[in-house]
Amino acid sequence: MQAFFLSLKSEFLKTRKTLGFWSAILLPLVICGLVFAAVYFKHQGLINKPPLVIWMQYSMASLGVMGVLLLPMFVIFTCYSVNSIEHRADTWKSLFSLPIPKLTTYSAKYFYTVFLVALCLTLFASFTLLSGNLLGVLVPELKFNDYSFIRLLSSVYFKLFLSSLGILSIQFALSLLWADFLKPMGIGFCVFVVAMIASINNWEHAWKIPYAHPMMVISNLKPSNAGPGKELSIDLLTKEIYLSLAISAVMFVVGYFVISRRSVK
Amino acid sequence: MLQSVIQTHELSYRFADQQVLDKVSLQVNKGSIYGFLGPNGAGKTTTIKVLLNLLRSDDQNVFLFEKEISANRSLVLAQIGSLVEQPAIYGHLSGRENLKARAILLKVKDDRISAILDLVALSAHADKKAKNYSLGMKQRLGIGLALLHDPELLILDEPTNGLDPNGIIEIRKLLMRLTSEEGKTVFVSSHLLGEIERMATHVGIINKGKLVFQGTIGELQQLSNEQVIIETNDLVEAANTLLAGGYPADITEEYVTVPFTDAEQMGAMNTLLVNSGSTVYSIRKTKKDLEQLFLSLTQPL
Repeated sequence: MQAFFLSLKSEFLKTRKTLGFWSAILLPLVICGLVFAAVYFKHQGLINKPPLVIWMQYSMASLGVMGVLLLPMFVIFTCYSVNSIEHRADTWKSLFSLPIPKLTTYSAKYFYTVFLVALCLTLFASFTLLSGNLLGVLVPELKFNDYSFIRLLSSVYFKLFLSSLGILSIQFALSLLWADFLKPMGIGFCVFVVAMIASINNWEHAWKIPYAHPMMVISNLKPSNAGPGKELSIDLLTKEIYLSLAISAVMFVVGYFVISRRSVK
Repeated sequence: MLQSVIQTHELSYRFADQQVLDKVSLQVNKGSIYGFLGPNGAGKTTTIKVLLNLLRSDDQNVFLFEKEISANRSLVLAQIGSLVEQPAIYGHLSGRENLKARAILLKVKDDRISAILDLVALSAHADKKAKNYSLGMKQRLGIGLALLHDPELLILDEPTNGLDPNGIIEIRKLLMRLTSEEGKTVFVSSHLLGEIERMATHVGIINKGKLVFQGTIGELQQLSNEQVIIETNDLVEAANTLLAGGYPADITEEYVTVPFTDAEQMGAMNTLLVNSGSTVYSIRKTKKDLEQLFLSLTQPL
């Protein structure tokens, strides 16, 4: 177990100066910053609305962009970024000739990628809450501070995180398999477009495509489905989340076989 | 009795239908610098990958520190520092950060990083990004990474590839110092005989997957047949005279050669040539040089 945490620490040291790591921080900072600025300068439509509705509309600006488009692309990019460090430096051989079990090295890398996605989504939730409360102070007509949105928003982002694990595991294995950016990115992007079309057209089997899962989390949050009032709740473990978790478990094992073979070359 | 550090018993390895290693039996003892020689594609890197368990031999015939490697992978690898093919260096990190990333994994203290930087003469460039290092600096950093956890055995695959003469000399001195002063064992592969000849105590020569020679440098030299080299004013006339006298003479562009038997034979040939009117400029005994010997072992006739 100690070797696993040391490997995680080493991953942090290796990636802390890369775009892959910083995008997990900058992406929520920039998007939440832009949403904050937009609402600060133009908020007439939100004045006199109930606090929950204000929070919903405010958070959906980030959630919508993130869930529908950015999260799958961010996951694809992060998987590539974490693995490309080893591909570019040709360090797989070097890593696997260390007295550390191969499974430890592999799983530390995998869970570090999971950590980056979790970090990004946690920051999204945190920045949304902080900026919302700040707006409530700066623009008192916006009743942000009259409602605690923490539990609800945390649940949505946690579900978004779970929904991304299927994509993450597939993309992680693809990024192990191919050193170049285009193949995993191209495949990921194509499947994502297919998933988006399937999801938009309400295809009954869309939930079986992991790349549609984040989108489904957001589309199930539409006000018409959610309904107003404090009864609003998030059904965390839906069938697409179970599928996402199952795919991530299977692809984690597949990825290990991919990396075991890679060391042979 | 000398402690065995590397031992393989008739190690064979195939890639698909290609036999890459064919019954290779290595024996490397503690404290030696073992030069593993062979032309490109002879099987050197494959052997090294098997020794590092990057490729697995199913026959359980690879022993390091007298332990079978597959069953004792972590235990064995903890005592090995390696450099395979080219230095595995993260270009976006500095030399110090590269060592730090490895030190975390191997639970090595930070003061060892400074000591290694000194050892491989990179202290002055420790905080420069490794992608801006020269090839020699990268190679030295690669050796520094291999030495970081103070391993008993260093396995280096062509460590002087692409280095200038000064860089080659530095690495040679470093490896010799590690064995003589710190009792380390070094297994170093190369396709250049001259490089191995200058530092190795033992040599293994591999060709087309087969170990064609293994022994000390002295034993390698003894393989070479001694010859008598004769320089005269007329090489053709001298060669004919010797052949007529019953000596199996051969001729090159510069001299006549005859297989050496003893000192009397040399004296008799000299007398014969002088009596037949040849002017003998020099007559001496020599061995085939190691370069020729290496070529004769690794190239088809």
